[in-house]
Amino acid sequence: MTTLRHNNTPACSLTKQDDYWLGQFTLMASPCQLLIEQGSPAAAQHLLALAYAEGKRIELKYSRFRDDNIIAAINQLNGNDMTTAALRTVPVDEETARLLDFAQLCFQLSDGLFDISAGKLAHLWHFKGQTRPPNDADIQALLADIGWQQVRWQRPCLTLPLGMQLDLGGIGKEYAVDSVATLLQQHSQQAFLVNFGGDMYANKARRNGRAWQVAIEDPQRLGSGERMIALTAGGVASSGDSQRFFEYEGRRYGHILNPQTGYPIQGGPAQVTVLADNCLQAGMLATLALLHGDDADNFLQVQDCQYWLSRR
Amino acid sequence: MQLKQFHNISATLAAASCALTSPVQAQPIRDLDSWQFDAGLLVYAEGNDQVQAYEGALSASKQLDDERKVSFKGVLDVLTGASPNGAVGQNRPQTFTRPSGNGSYTVTAGDTPLDDTFRDTRVALSAQYQQQISRLWQYAGGAYLSKEYDYLALSINSALARDFNQRNSTASLGLAYAYDTFEPEGGIPNPGGSVDAADNRVGASDSKQTLDLLMGLTQVVNRQTLMQFNYSYSHVSGYLNDPFKILSVVDEQGWANDYVYENRPDKRLKQSLFWRTKYNRQPSGQVVDISYRYFWDNWGLASHTIDTTWRINLADSHFIEPHLRYYNQQAADFYRVYIDEGQPVPRYLTADYRLGEMQTYTLGLKYGLPVAGNEFSIRLEYYHTQVSGDGSLATGPGLTGIDLYPDKSAIMLQSFYRF
Repeated sequence: MTTLRHNNTPACSLTKQDDYWLGQFTLMASPCQLLIEQGSPAAAQHLLALAYAEGKRIELKYSRFRDDNIIAAINQLNGNDMTTAALRTVPVDEETARLLDFAQLCFQLSDGLFDISAGKLAHLWHFKGQTRPPNDADIQALLADIGWQQVRWQRPCLTLPLGMQLDLGGIGKEYAVDSVATLLQQHSQQAFLVNFGGDMYANKARRNGRAWQVAIEDPQRLGSGERMIALTAGGVASSGDSQRFFEYEGRRYGHILNPQTGYPIQGGPAQVTVLADNCLQAGMLATLALLHGDDADNFLQVQDCQYWLSRR
Repeated sequence: MQLKQFHNISATLAAASCALTSPVQAQPIRDLDSWQFDAGLLVYAEGNDQVQAYEGALSASKQLDDERKVSFKGVLDVLTGASPNGAVGQNRPQTFTRPSGNGSYTVTAGDTPLDDTFRDTRVALSAQYQQQISRLWQYAGGAYLSKEYDYLALSINSALARDFNQRNSTASLGLAYAYDTFEPEGGIPNPGGSVDAADNRVGASDSKQTLDLLMGLTQVVNRQTLMQFNYSYSHVSGYLNDPFKILSVVDEQGWANDYVYENRPDKRLKQSLFWRTKYNRQPSGQVVDISYRYFWDNWGLASHTIDTTWRINLADSHFIEPHLRYYNQQAADFYRVYIDEGQPVPRYLTADYRLGEMQTYTLGLKYGLPVAGNEFSIRLEYYHTQVSGDGSLATGPGLTGIDLYPDKSAIMLQSFYRF
């Protein structure tokens, strides 16, 4: 195996594999890969730079850890309006409007189980050395600040009641994968696979007719190897609660939280992996399946998609 | 146990997620670097062919960076029509010399005397600068200039605000200074002097100075409620008369045989207390805004204002906003509808109804809708002012049957566009 390293995009590395290029970088705190069908190193480098730039753009724009982006503006973390702080309306750009439309649709389709205003629950359920559930009174108090139905969203203006916060983390990585894929398809005819920390998309069959072999990290099989799936085209996403949980008085508390009760979903599979048309669709189906707890399988059975459940 | 029935949402999600990443149509995005403009047009018309005003305003603001913002505003307005000169109506025609001293106008018996020379064009320009000094401190400062034919107004203002209590409270302190110069055609009339006196002018121009102090507290009560308290103190000194206002000097028969120029004190201390609550109803997004102001000064004038608007959102970003306002004013100590002949002229006197006893009711409706992606709104308001006072003063052949306190009404139509 020969290895070529190009320094055009310092944050990325590009290496030649047997019959494809492997680009690697880190975004959104996840290891990311771009697999590209054989071609010139310059063409591969170009696609890698495009992919990284687009992923980085989305990370900067939608990260909730920054105070200079649209999420901060929506959450009223910056600026200071002397008279209308409680009622502040933020006009958003077309891309953000589409994401909000999508999030709203998911909220409606899931009867409120998927809610981008639920991020604050993670303040109480942080799983960092946590050994017991938070105080119920604290959870009930926080629930007042949660619920998309309280948000006024009338394109292009979003009005968020004070105290509420939006977090697009639940769809951000999948959205980045699909956006990168769309961009690459505009610049290349090559087959490729975008993989952002396990959320991935492949555009078409490779020239040799083979599928991309991708590993899905399966927490139930840690140590005994990863689950390998063959991906020709479509989006794959996984959702699971296995690494972040604690047990208290015989009950298991995982990190998939029900925004309506403020408590973790009980029961259900340890991990769900879904193959769908694109990464966002796969990710949403996987997320909703877990939010349905023990009904995850029943939910997925009617969704016309290929899926894998990892039971406890 | 009943098994949950699940629906296939996969196709809907597929369609929606595809739409999400399809190339975005080139569309202007309002970013920090661009100017934002607000344009407004206003038409104001009082009943009985009194004052009419047409006003156009354009303002531009720009966020220079995260901390600094500038805005500029220009206003042009044209006033025409007639306004009460302060004299009472009579059961015979009255002839008045125009304020300039050139020519005269005659008022029909029974009519409220109106000065028909009221016509002016005003240009006003202002600039405002705002800066976030630190995370909690904010500064604002600005300057204002307005010029009309016989009047020049200049002012500067400055304010500091600080957030505290986890940014749920904002305290502010503002100062403003204004210097106005008056140069009425024909000169400054002799206060309290007879209109017909030979030496009825005391100079060509005069001025007044105003110092304003404003203290405010804005409090976020909860996610839906915001409350604001203001106290303002204003010290005005200099020429505070309206040079166009006169009073009738009435004899025992109710006939006005002479007219004198009004005279107001040359100092005025004004104070006001203001309370406002904004309530954002969820999830409808309706906004209810209620405010109350109590105003008083050392001229004995005091007023109460209750103002309320209620914004109701309709489909497709349209909204309506009804407006109700009630204003009640107690007259200044030296207000009188006329003075008696043969009595010494009081030191201070005015018959300007704006310093008299009155109640004003305002009823308005605003309608807003997006036009080419920007907010457009139009507002229609109706004002009715009931002027009141001692009706028993309308006695004698000269005044019997005369309405000493005629009501006034006006309509206003305003449109507003932001782009």
